[in-house]
Amino acid sequence: MMQAKWQILVVDDEEIMCESMAAWLREDGYQVDTAPSGREALEMAKKTDYAIYFIDLKMPGGMDGIETLMEIRRMRADASIIIITAYATVDTAIAAMKEGAQEYIVKPCNPEEISLLVNRIIKVKNLQRENAILRKKLARQYQFGDIVSKNAKMHDILALARDVASLRSTVLIRGESGTGKEPFVAVSCAALAETLLESELFGYEKGAFTGAGERKKGKFELAGEGTIFLDEIGDISPKLQADLLRVLQERSFYRLGGSEEVKVDVRVIAATHKDLRQAVAEGRFREDLFYRLNVIEIQLPPLRERREDVPLLAHHFLERIAHEVGKEVTAISDGAMRALLDHDWPGNVRELENAMERAIVACRSGVLGEEDFRFLQDNGGGQQYRAPASMSLAELEKLAIEATLRRTGGNIKEAAASLGIDRSTLYEKLKKYGIER
Amino acid sequence: MEILLESLESPEGEPPAELMEEIRQALEDVFVARVAAAVRGPRVPEPSFDAARRQYNAPLILQKLLERPPGAGRKLLAVTRADLFIPMLSFVYGLAQLGGQAAVVSLARLDQKYYGLPENGALLSGRARKEAVHETGHLFGLVHCEQPECAMRLSTNIRQLDLKGDALCAGCAALARESA
Repeated sequence: MMQAKWQILVVDDEEIMCESMAAWLREDGYQVDTAPSGREALEMAKKTDYAIYFIDLKMPGGMDGIETLMEIRRMRADASIIIITAYATVDTAIAAMKEGAQEYIVKPCNPEEISLLVNRIIKVKNLQRENAILRKKLARQYQFGDIVSKNAKMHDILALARDVASLRSTVLIRGESGTGKEPFVAVSCAALAETLLESELFGYEKGAFTGAGERKKGKFELAGEGTIFLDEIGDISPKLQADLLRVLQERSFYRLGGSEEVKVDVRVIAATHKDLRQAVAEGRFREDLFYRLNVIEIQLPPLRERREDVPLLAHHFLERIAHEVGKEVTAISDGAMRALLDHDWPGNVRELENAMERAIVACRSGVLGEEDFRFLQDNGGGQQYRAPASMSLAELEKLAIEATLRRTGGNIKEAAASLGIDRSTLYEKLKKYGIER
Repeated sequence: MEILLESLESPEGEPPAELMEEIRQALEDVFVARVAAAVRGPRVPEPSFDAARRQYNAPLILQKLLERPPGAGRKLLAVTRADLFIPMLSFVYGLAQLGGQAAVVSLARLDQKYYGLPENGALLSGRARKEAVHETGHLFGLVHCEQPECAMRLSTNIRQLDLKGDALCAGCAALARESA
């Protein structure tokens, strides 16, 4: 069924004209009001935000159609106004369009014409509304106001972020996974193979490699004078490190397989969870690139180092997620908060956000209880890692492997990556400790 | 709920009795309502004739019909051979009070003869059934539907009318049942 959401006002001094037009539009699912004069139309426009106004050009009693149109435009700049006339003249049509009428129609007109016209206007209005909602959502997601912290270090970081936001300097953001480094993700350097990453960043010419059917612009070119965010920069190969350095130094590059130099004036924000200084010391990361990237360094502390922020963040996510999922969950019990404070949050703020979402979705009352967060223990977080004084290193290792496997659902590859060992080593240890997947 | 069916005589003639019976059956098939056998209603009121347009003013006809309201729990569908218009539009196939008591359907532009083509009784009957279900649907509070086959889909020309069906889609049927 059509959605009866948009409102339309038909303005005409002839009642039968107004009412029959309104009746016809109502059959299409619109909410339609009528006004017998320009003055009454203005009064109604003050109270209701109509999407479309049908205004008759000739109306007795002071205000004619053009005057009514001008007043409504002043009041409701976004409204679509359609002028109706019985006798079309070029002069009145020009006057109406100059004053901002969207259409000028001569009555009687074909039903098909009106139907197409209204549908076209409403389609644009739906898109505009959707666009405004998405913009609001985006803006909400990345406002400084959304960053909640009591932690003094975080306040210093926010002050620095505010200062550098308006500059074009290269920024390096460091922090563990989930600490909230990404303002928006353009390229995840860890997720792509070297050749793919190269073509993703620099683009390619037709025929540069098998499958390169058409020239494709890379992210650097697409970013133009904007900002490119490179996530997990610590994972890129030596070859790409050299290419990236050239872009930062020369402000230009070549597409793969291309000889044309492409100029860019892009701002780079890079992020990593790795210690790049350490990587430089070990010869795994170019020193010159490190200094180029590290013009301004922002280091985000892990959540376990700012536990005082857990209640603030939890309440922030509660408000946001409950609203998004449409549940009336309004509070966190003391027991639940203790569970949140006890957890170590290896996945940082992202993990806390996920935990809140999971708990809110499952919650059966208006208050999140300790039982809503029981899965945190199952996931091997917090207290399970607290080793008793008498525990041997081997026992601790066994516990860590078991907890990780539980978390990954028995996925060896993921568990090995998480534990920082290769798969064959993990298989050996499973055998050694007699752990079943 | 009961639907009353009336044929309105006009200088163009009276809707044929067999066609009125086909409309009656179509309405009974679609709506949860008793549909009474068609009766002769009032003549199309003379003041509704617009000499310049050579058409009849549909809102004035509805006004006339409502002078004798069908009463609680009843809805009235009138059928005429007169070509109908509303002041804003060049023609309408029919007009209904949304969620109201009375509606009128015109057979004028449903007839192949209007387009200079040979008469086709089956086509006229099919179009009349669709238009009758459509306007009655409005009386049951239904608005236009986007389902291609639903009788509540808006038709602003005869091709569109021929493309849709004479029944309601599942969604519109459910809404009509609720308001019955």
